[in-house]
Amino acid sequence: MKAKIHVTLKQGILDPQGKAIEHALDSLGFKNVANVRVGKYMELDLDQNDRAKAEAEVKGMCEKLLANTIIEEYRYELQG
Amino acid sequence: MKIGIVVFPGSNCDHDCEHVFKDVLGQDVTMIWHKETSLAGVDAIILPGGFSYGDYLRTGAIARFSPVMNAVKEFASGGGLVLGICNGFQILLEAGLLPGTMLRNKSLHFICRETCIKVENAATPFTNVCRSGQVLKIPIAHADGNYYTDPVTLAGLQANAQIIFRYSTADGKVTPEACPNGSLDNIAGIRNAEGNVLGMMPHPERCAESILGNEDGRTILLSMVEEIRKA
Repeated sequence: MKAKIHVTLKQGILDPQGKAIEHALDSLGFKNVANVRVGKYMELDLDQNDRAKAEAEVKGMCEKLLANTIIEEYRYELQG
Repeated sequence: MKIGIVVFPGSNCDHDCEHVFKDVLGQDVTMIWHKETSLAGVDAIILPGGFSYGDYLRTGAIARFSPVMNAVKEFASGGGLVLGICNGFQILLEAGLLPGTMLRNKSLHFICRETCIKVENAATPFTNVCRSGQVLKIPIAHADGNYYTDPVTLAGLQANAQIIFRYSTADGKVTPEACPNGSLDNIAGIRNAEGNVLGMMPHPERCAESILGNEDGRTILLSMVEEIRKA
């Protein structure tokens, strides 16, 4: 089973990278852009066919390591 | 007295810390590889600066799971003195030994320069040879030093005098302009509620002897030595 995991900053947390990209887009003429947020995307293969178990494992990984839940939130999709 | 300095893969200020404690302050030092599971009877632990695990994922996020960190947690919960400098501070945050986390610097730049920090609390094991309100000139060198925590935790830090160092002007004014990285409340260093664990972004080990033109950092490391001597 494949897990696709997105980790992004929570709303309200300053994202200086997002701001820099927003300014760059603006200076390139993309004038209708707002609220750029930068996050991380991770993919991993899981040796697990039971969907519920796979979900519990991925959730555990996110809580323990992949996201810092003080400032970040995560979502994931399981495929296969 | 024996000072233990933890060495993670990617630590790069470990030998600076060793030099100051050994050659400047005349103490025994033992280097502790991160795979160790025991701290071998040390009196204090230093988590040095650097780029443990290449700062992959988040600063300190992987180092906090190094085997030695269980022993460090045990040592801290028994009241042992733990100082985390720069990346060491980031590891303490990820490990939950100190509250909050670091965001990327507001400017997005890696900042390497001297800063002024104000000693907000001189009644700690890390500042006992300082005066309250004293301004120390200590360099920073980081990309992720923008301290962040939720408003309730911040209020707790303020109420319990856990904010030990704030970025300030040379004459001790804590202003937004004096903050190099965007840290909440100009935070440069905090301690835990019990008072025995300190994390700070500036590098005291880089300015601890007169030949370098600045000895201000010596006061912090000397405070630890004095504290252990008293005990």
